[in-house]
Amino acid sequence: MAVRIDPFLRDPSHPVKPTPLGAVLILVVLIVLSLAALVPLYWMFATSLTPSAMTVRFPPELIPTDPTLDNYRAVLRQPNFWRWVTNSTIQAISVTAVIVATASMAGYALAKLPFRGSRLLFWLFILSMMLPFEAILVPLFLVVTRLGMVDTYAGLLLPLMAAPFAIFLMKQFIQTLPTELIDAARVDGASEPRIFLDVVVPLVRPGLAFLGIITFVAQWNLFVWPLVVTRSSEMRTLQVGLVLIREQEPLFFGLQMAAAVMAAIPVVVVFFAFQRYFLRGVTVGALKG
Amino acid sequence: MRPRANARGRVEGRSGGPRRRSLTSGGPWGPIFVAPQTLLFLAFFLIPVVIAVALAFMEVRPTSMSWVGLANFRRALSDQLFHRALINTSVFTAVVVVFWLGKALLVAYLLDPMNQALQTFFKSAFYLPAVTSGVIISLIWLWIFNPTFGLLNAFVGLFGVDPIAWLGNTNTALPALMFMQVVMGGGSSIVLLSAALARIPRDLYEVAIIDGAKRPTIFAKVILPLIRPTLLYLVVTGTINTFQVFEAVYVMTQGGPQFATTTVVFRIYQEAFQRFNLGYASAQAIVLFVITFIMAAVQFRLLGQNVEY
Repeated sequence: MAVRIDPFLRDPSHPVKPTPLGAVLILVVLIVLSLAALVPLYWMFATSLTPSAMTVRFPPELIPTDPTLDNYRAVLRQPNFWRWVTNSTIQAISVTAVIVATASMAGYALAKLPFRGSRLLFWLFILSMMLPFEAILVPLFLVVTRLGMVDTYAGLLLPLMAAPFAIFLMKQFIQTLPTELIDAARVDGASEPRIFLDVVVPLVRPGLAFLGIITFVAQWNLFVWPLVVTRSSEMRTLQVGLVLIREQEPLFFGLQMAAAVMAAIPVVVVFFAFQRYFLRGVTVGALKG
Repeated sequence: MRPRANARGRVEGRSGGPRRRSLTSGGPWGPIFVAPQTLLFLAFFLIPVVIAVALAFMEVRPTSMSWVGLANFRRALSDQLFHRALINTSVFTAVVVVFWLGKALLVAYLLDPMNQALQTFFKSAFYLPAVTSGVIISLIWLWIFNPTFGLLNAFVGLFGVDPIAWLGNTNTALPALMFMQVVMGGGSSIVLLSAALARIPRDLYEVAIIDGAKRPTIFAKVILPLIRPTLLYLVVTGTINTFQVFEAVYVMTQGGPQFATTTVVFRIYQEAFQRFNLGYASAQAIVLFVITFIMAAVQFRLLGQNVEY
């Protein structure tokens, strides 16, 4: 039996059936609203291909008539640009790896290995999620200063690795696993680290993947902490570097937009590669700063 | 296995399965497994919080610290600029949350009866700006708002409007930032609301339709009550997050013109990292935290009534 596709793109099984006119109106509203959000992204891309002389002209040309990669070459000539890319890569990958590993361990302990004080600890983690990061920015900076870690990788990375939300998320995932499975492994004589690696981790792989993906995107996009804790141009991350480029070259819009496109590429690739994780409707709001 | 965090931020049940084992099931392994995150939490969260509270009652100089009691809080109460930042941030938050959530609800509701392919397409389109960093979005809009060469002035020029210095005018700067936030925002909320709508049992609609209920009645009587927990979650987290607005202000306006876009977190940043008044900045951060906390509590009270858990 051939699958019939509704010409107005409705879901035939949904009890609410918009009329054809209604469906067209719905499409119009959705197109207008989504274009409003997508046109700026297109404009970033179009400007990045426009020669700088053409960007300071009014009215602007909507499609570059004479596209060029000069802006991208100019970005690559920026001093320390590759340092910023490297730093952002180090930050996103190392923080993500540490959070996925340690938060799943903590989540396992809190879900399945209760000990004296574990419930209190769990509630401390939950409570801390209510406090916005910005509220502890100043004292956190003081702690890092005291430790002599300003403008170092340790100072940049370590504070970002504390992740109560990730612990909460992993505890929720691991909680749903049947305890019998873990008990069975224990009866077989498996040690706790073995059980964690061979029983728990394979079963929560989708959860680990989800946590890793959203953490990577959030870390790559992070701005406030790298801005505050790094001083030298060599220690800046890409997001901070973008602002430095704009401060140094306020009138070179093509250059700014080319740098922005390059900074957006990794997360856009991750988004399209793992689209289903983003569109599934898991509660991630708490992670977006 | 479907990864699903609890939207209400509430812990469900106790541990899975019967709780035969009491305090010692894993021997020393429970504490060992939580140790790395607990140490990070201690060093980079708990200790800073304690310090934040202590600092708020101190005057911090490069070489010395002295106890000043409530002076920092008194100063915040009488500080015109801090008042201005509170008002700006409150207006910004109220407008952005209402319009952004309204937009997300409208889009999710319109998408619901449409087929899967179309839903995926539009959800991706709305989500794309959400994975793009705040700095990038701010740089793009700085360019769009440019008074001389910007896209927006070219657009309004089509309707005969003279060029406007969107970010350079005290009347338009804050609305311009709010507009940007609403236009680009909503991606993850649409996905969450959409998932909540999809969970509504289909027979409930059918019963309502058989009863002769019209579209608005179904929306108000069937849909809204059932997606209320998701809405509550989005209102609370959206308000808290929006109240912390900083990146757009830092990148686009630096709080100007004439403090028209100075927000609370931007004030704290200036006080702490440009003027090095760490004590005063900490007092402001505590005020920020108390406000955030009260807002969340009030919203839970107002919207949490009759929520079925």
